[in-house]
Amino acid sequence: MNDKEIIIKKDMFAPAHIDPSKSEKISKPSLNFWQDSWLRVRKNKGAVISLIILGILIIMAFVGPMISPYTYDNQNTKHNNLPPRIQGLENVHWLPFDGTLKRRDGTEYNAYEVRKVDAYYWFGTDNLGRDLFTRTWKGTQVSLFIAFMAALVDMLIGVSYGAVSGYLGGRTDSVMQRIIEVIVGIPNLIIVVLMILILKPGIIPIIIALTITGWTSMARVVRAQVLKYKGQEFVLAAKTLGASDSSIIFKHMIPNMFGIIIINTMFSIPSAIFFEAFLSFIGLGLQEPNASLGTLVNDGFKSMIAFPYQMIIPSIMIALIMICFNLVADGLRDALDPKMRD
Amino acid sequence: MAKREKLLEIKNLKQYFNEGKPNEVKAVDNVSFDIYKGEVMGLVGESGCGKSTTGRTIIRLYDATGGEVLYDGVNVHGKKSKKQLKEFNRKMQMIFQDPYASLNPRLKIADVIAEGIDIHGLAKSKEERMEKVYELLETVGLNKEHANRYPHEFSGGQRQRIGIARALAVQPEFIIADEPISALDVSIQAQVVNLMKKLQKEKGLTYLFIAHDLSMVKYISDRIGVMYFGKMVELAPADELYKNPLHPYTRSLLSAIPAPDPISERTRKRKSYDLASHQYDDNEAIEFREVTPGHFVLCSEKEFIQYKAQSKQ
Amino acid sequence: MEKILQVKDLNISFHTFSGEVKAIRGISFDLLKGETLAIVGESGSGKSVTTKSIMRLLPEHNSEIKSGEILFEGKDLTKLTDKQMQKIRGKDISMIFQDPMTSLNPTMKIGNQIMEPLIKHQNMSKHTAKERAVELLKLVGIPKPEIRVNQYPHQFSGGMRQRVVIAIALACNPKVLIADEPTTALDVTIQAQILELMKDLQKKIDTSIIFITHDLGVVANVADRVAVMYGGKIVEVGTADEIFYNPQHPYTWGLISSMPDMETDDEELYSIPGTPPDLLDPPKGDAFAPRNPYVLKIDLEQEPPFFKVSDTHYAATWLLHPDAPKVEPPEAVKRRQSQYVGLAGVASGAAKLEKSQTPGMKEGK
Repeated sequence: MNDKEIIIKKDMFAPAHIDPSKSEKISKPSLNFWQDSWLRVRKNKGAVISLIILGILIIMAFVGPMISPYTYDNQNTKHNNLPPRIQGLENVHWLPFDGTLKRRDGTEYNAYEVRKVDAYYWFGTDNLGRDLFTRTWKGTQVSLFIAFMAALVDMLIGVSYGAVSGYLGGRTDSVMQRIIEVIVGIPNLIIVVLMILILKPGIIPIIIALTITGWTSMARVVRAQVLKYKGQEFVLAAKTLGASDSSIIFKHMIPNMFGIIIINTMFSIPSAIFFEAFLSFIGLGLQEPNASLGTLVNDGFKSMIAFPYQMIIPSIMIALIMICFNLVADGLRDALDPKMRD
Repeated sequence: MAKREKLLEIKNLKQYFNEGKPNEVKAVDNVSFDIYKGEVMGLVGESGCGKSTTGRTIIRLYDATGGEVLYDGVNVHGKKSKKQLKEFNRKMQMIFQDPYASLNPRLKIADVIAEGIDIHGLAKSKEERMEKVYELLETVGLNKEHANRYPHEFSGGQRQRIGIARALAVQPEFIIADEPISALDVSIQAQVVNLMKKLQKEKGLTYLFIAHDLSMVKYISDRIGVMYFGKMVELAPADELYKNPLHPYTRSLLSAIPAPDPISERTRKRKSYDLASHQYDDNEAIEFREVTPGHFVLCSEKEFIQYKAQSKQ
Repeated sequence: MEKILQVKDLNISFHTFSGEVKAIRGISFDLLKGETLAIVGESGSGKSVTTKSIMRLLPEHNSEIKSGEILFEGKDLTKLTDKQMQKIRGKDISMIFQDPMTSLNPTMKIGNQIMEPLIKHQNMSKHTAKERAVELLKLVGIPKPEIRVNQYPHQFSGGMRQRVVIAIALACNPKVLIADEPTTALDVTIQAQILELMKDLQKKIDTSIIFITHDLGVVANVADRVAVMYGGKIVEVGTADEIFYNPQHPYTWGLISSMPDMETDDEELYSIPGTPPDLLDPPKGDAFAPRNPYVLKIDLEQEPPFFKVSDTHYAATWLLHPDAPKVEPPEAVKRRQSQYVGLAGVASGAAKLEKSQTPGMKEGK
């Protein structure tokens, strides 16, 4: 709005020529849904940090057991219940990696020196002398695997069920929804416990138990979205063009629901992890010598007072994974939620 | 009047929602009219009058509760095979109201426009498909390079033009335009209407133009039908309807439109309409009667005589 | 005529993901006591942002009033704190919005919603406020007000809800009423009723109205003066007669010609090509230039200042510069101009080079 003193010459009043095709030009670069969402997620620092932490944890879950000199099931009863000791950090006394334990009367002693053990166990050992570093990462592997599989199956069953129910509508929809209500009405825990008792504990049975009832919330959410999209004009347009029902569901509706589906799946992972830990805690988890974070916590619980590190370390892992997934899911929800677009 | 060919015959069309239940809505209640080849038929009314529902029932987005829609003599409704339905899809197409909801936000424009081509197998190769897409983009005044972009990058008017391109892709004969300009800015409305007129001349299309903006409808339509609460109350050639509106609802509607003309606005008197003002007896036959050639009004026998007399003057 | 509101050189920007959007790029206008000023423009012109900024209702976190003043009763509204603005909103300046379905709180009785400003601003007791609420419902034409005052919004139709919204806005007899597209979402017959109601109430309460709309028919019906906005600026301002019968700016020509009326027959409807400008990166010179069929070279270099057409009529277009070539406006506009010459006795198209930023008025219509 500043009045730049451009000399106004008479010839400036000649008609100018405007290229009409320029008027339809779009100058901004084209961003598709994923690029656009990533830009938004990047702005949420909590989500980005959590993603990095999760990335590190997942990498370590595979790399950890490989770099450790011990295996996860190798027992060495002479070296049982040793506290964590890491070469190089053992003289830093405010870190918990110096190999010391507290006696009941409060005095500290170096367990390794006292028992004349000349080895290093980075996270210590459990009551059977197995290296906890290896076991913890192995356990993380297993817990993450169970959680991802459970979330994946939940998603597949939930999306299909919800999409069919919402799209068909009418009687079919009513019946399908009533079935969900029955499933949701029965206490989840009872079903899971029954499943484990019938199938006997193991990775696959646990996944089945988790997914038997976990898909219902995804189904409801997807159904709600399908109902919303059914009346939208782009779906009606596809119908008038002659698109088939499956084409409408898979080409038109579901791609628009990716955001919601991803978010729901993300949120279901921490609950799957926690649930598995819970099952282990009540004794229905994996059997020896297999480790999952839940079984580690359960084992560690037994010697909580004397050897707290045995429970603390896997607990921290569980907490860290759950918090990070929740923060990432939260960040994704803000980024992918269309209502919050500028 | 020259003998014109009928493209569509809508006979006693009914669309009742929740039939039989206490919340029954008679959205379209026994509507009959014809659409001739090559004409633009306007359909006006206020919200809830059933004009959109009529359009959607004609194209079979909804199954009719009663009555028939004959396209070139063949009933659109009733039991039809997939092949037969697909044939209708090629002949009848629709343009929607909301430019922001009528395009799938996840598809590139090329895919949006080519959907009809893909479904009906109108292109034999990828190149041919893209050729057709570019041609259609040019027809509606957009550029080739727009084909790779997403709907959210376009303005309302441009999206509406993409919607038109999509409808044209299957080479239809008849297009139902359901409030195509209501959501657009004034200066853009003219762009879209001009485009539609041009296409009609070039491709010999027939339109059913549904809108509530009467001035625009009068400009583009050959004949106009006025709807009120599910019934068609008047049908006449566009000029005739404006010069000589007979049904009191049509008169009330016309008197309520503000014109961009301060002088006339200062003196305009609005007439209000009340269904009860007809004072129909219970046994009077209210029918759609032809008062003067081509001019139909929903009225009783008494009113019919009245209107005939009025029109003679 | 007394000036009740003065906007001076307002500049507002929004900070978005993609950068700074210069939504309002230097506008100035006055509102006179008792008049209805219509602000006309299309999406993206900035008309809603202008009025929301008067009420200071723009989102705090990403909007910025970069410069300018909004003078009301001796105070600059842009400098007031939120608490000070709260005393003015609903009492001295009221606003009604477009969508009657979402303007009312669905969980509160209508009566309570009308009583809210009365109790807050005028310290009325509940009893007096209720009486006044019933009075107001009667004033806006709602039958059986004593019963309806205890009902909920869902029990009212769209048109009735808009009447209630008007009642709430006028409860404290505000000096200024801002109506942001109040009839756009309503049917034609209901719109006509609401417009009649507003004009009637304006006479009774002597309030000044800023009426935002994109419908020129509505403008012709309600406005005393009209300001046409494009690309975040006012491009033409004048009395309703002047704008409709003697428009000077090519954009106004475009708007008027692209609306068919009873005379328009089979000729092709005039349409303004292209789309409104992207205010993320406003073009150099006149923002309307890319779409202007009458564009001059200078339009691409420098923004035109306001040229005076009459004491009440100003247009920001280089076509009014003495050195500019004489152009023929579109047919539809010429027809109107022939009507005008007889109307106010003012010759069409006269201009004086005057770099006036605030088109003030010395007398009324």
